Amino acid sequence: MLTDTGHWEHFPHEADMGIRGIATSLEEAFAQAAVALTAIVTDPATVQARETITITAADPDRELLFVDFLNALIFEMARRHMLFNRFQVTITSDRLSATAQGETVDVTRHQPAVEVKGATYTALVVRRLEDGRWLAQCVVDV
Amino acid sequence: MDRAQFSQDAENTWRIQPFGKMRVPAILYASPSLIDAMDQKVFEQITNVASLPGIVKAAYAMPDAHWGYGFPIGGVAAFDPDAGGVISAGGVGFDISCGVRTLHTGLKRDQILPVQRRLADTLYTTIPAGLGSTGPLRLNSKEMDAMLQGGARWAVEQGYGRPEDLQYVEEHGCISGARPEEVSQHAKQRQHDEMGTLGSGNHYLEVQHVAEIFAPDVAGVFGIELGDILISIHCGSRGLGHQIGTEFLKSMAVSAPDYGITLPDRELACAPIRSPLGERYLGAMRAGINCALANRQIITHLARQAVAEVLPNADLHLLYDVSHNTCKVEEHAVDGAPRRLFVHRKGATRAYGPGHPELPAAFRAAGQPVLIGGTMGTESYVLVGTTESEQRSFSSACHGAGRAMSRHQATRQWRGRELVDQLATRGILIRSPSLRGIAEEAPGAYKDVSAVVDASHQAGLARKVARLEPMIVVKG
Repeated sequence: MLTDTGHWEHFPHEADMGIRGIATSLEEAFAQAAVALTAIVTDPATVQARETITITAADPDRELLFVDFLNALIFEMARRHMLFNRFQVTITSDRLSATAQGETVDVTRHQPAVEVKGATYTALVVRRLEDGRWLAQCVVDV
Repeated sequence: MDRAQFSQDAENTWRIQPFGKMRVPAILYASPSLIDAMDQKVFEQITNVASLPGIVKAAYAMPDAHWGYGFPIGGVAAFDPDAGGVISAGGVGFDISCGVRTLHTGLKRDQILPVQRRLADTLYTTIPAGLGSTGPLRLNSKEMDAMLQGGARWAVEQGYGRPEDLQYVEEHGCISGARPEEVSQHAKQRQHDEMGTLGSGNHYLEVQHVAEIFAPDVAGVFGIELGDILISIHCGSRGLGHQIGTEFLKSMAVSAPDYGITLPDRELACAPIRSPLGERYLGAMRAGINCALANRQIITHLARQAVAEVLPNADLHLLYDVSHNTCKVEEHAVDGAPRRLFVHRKGATRAYGPGHPELPAAFRAAGQPVLIGGTMGTESYVLVGTTESEQRSFSSACHGAGRAMSRHQATRQWRGRELVDQLATRGILIRSPSLRGIAEEAPGAYKDVSAVVDASHQAGLARKVARLEPMIVVKG
């Protein structure tokens, strides 16, 4: 979904899937990448915002923080049988706190294509682009 | 990959002599055309593996090698704990002990044809598959630990299968040295309702017929004849295994400098075998192996129930169960002397040769069945381990076709609905909750498994026994 502040993309990886968020802030880049993660499983537009959960992570390394955030999200998706498509991310120093809105998986409506196993360190990049926007990406194992 | 980067030892054997930080050579088994089609990352990753501490003899890549996480998929590497050898979470992967179990049914192709649709539907409604599906059991914390300790043996004790199943599973259905206490609460929570589920992606349950026999002698020992119906299950340790992989990958990546290890690639995260972290991972990984073995045992039970509903005369009994994402302690001869090594197989299958004491009595003279999964539209293979394989690859062979294009590209090129219809006209019934998932798994998105199997055969890693064709595919 294209917003004024950011968007998400998938990038190719042979066996699995690359997810990427690009936005005007670091936090929004993380949030967009989380939408890209959902888009691996289903069309984010089919996910309704019925419930909100909180996710936290902490790491002084921004890239490891990004992977930790995604893995915390993947864990909640798996444990709760939920899909999320709206994220608010706050990063203060090395701590991340995020809310995620979504609903329980409905196999008929969401037609989940694949299950995400975990976020990896492959193609892991969190950096500022030349135009000042932030990019956060990695490959996710499906 | 450019072949000029390698020297050629034999028709299907390619070598990278140590350069830079490599401690041992890297050896790739593949036909010239398979090498041409491989991505350059295989070169980079296999040479990185060859630089890890305590690696013995060589870093090996199988004919289906492709870009993986640290280790190439199709990577094999053995380490000596007495030489500062390491154990790597990346060398095992996110789906610990993913593997293939193949069952005999006692049925022939012409018995399936009249009930094929009904059988497909019954299997689909009986075997939980795909995101959002849940398994038939819920384990409390004591039962969870018992399962992680006992594997398929535990499952049989709970009534999921028969005691005689266990001798046809690697480790006789239960690997020793599992430490459930090293498996996190998160991992156990993630597994809570996943016992007996198939998963998704490239996991499947397939009803297959034996279309060709290459080695009649071995086929006879394995009990396989032309026209036989077999059932193969491809899946792993589910959420528990994925969570163990995720957590230890991070711990090892972060701790590597403390152990004096400079990782050429964060994904190659490892720890010395003789270190608290190494031992914790070993214990957790073994619990993951038991989880995968228990899972395939429960699915076997469900498959027996489903088939019995439609074909009461069927008798599903195991041919064999192999795993292809593991690190196992094995004895191998190196320079004539036996050595106890930690053998990582990442997307590679163990292939013990004739005479190996680990094999069930019925197979000991012939060698180990090696079960290689293909795609839903092509074929799968049964191979047998060879004597030469020990010296060539620590008794390892390929595991499957490997992808030829990304999931992304696959959904651009194929539509799930059309694929289902096309395959149905060829007599292959697909059952899956997701059309996009089917498109991502399109046969055309994969390499030619027969080329991979032929190269494994030519290189002496494992010998072709039979070719199987799909009739029913249940995927998540």
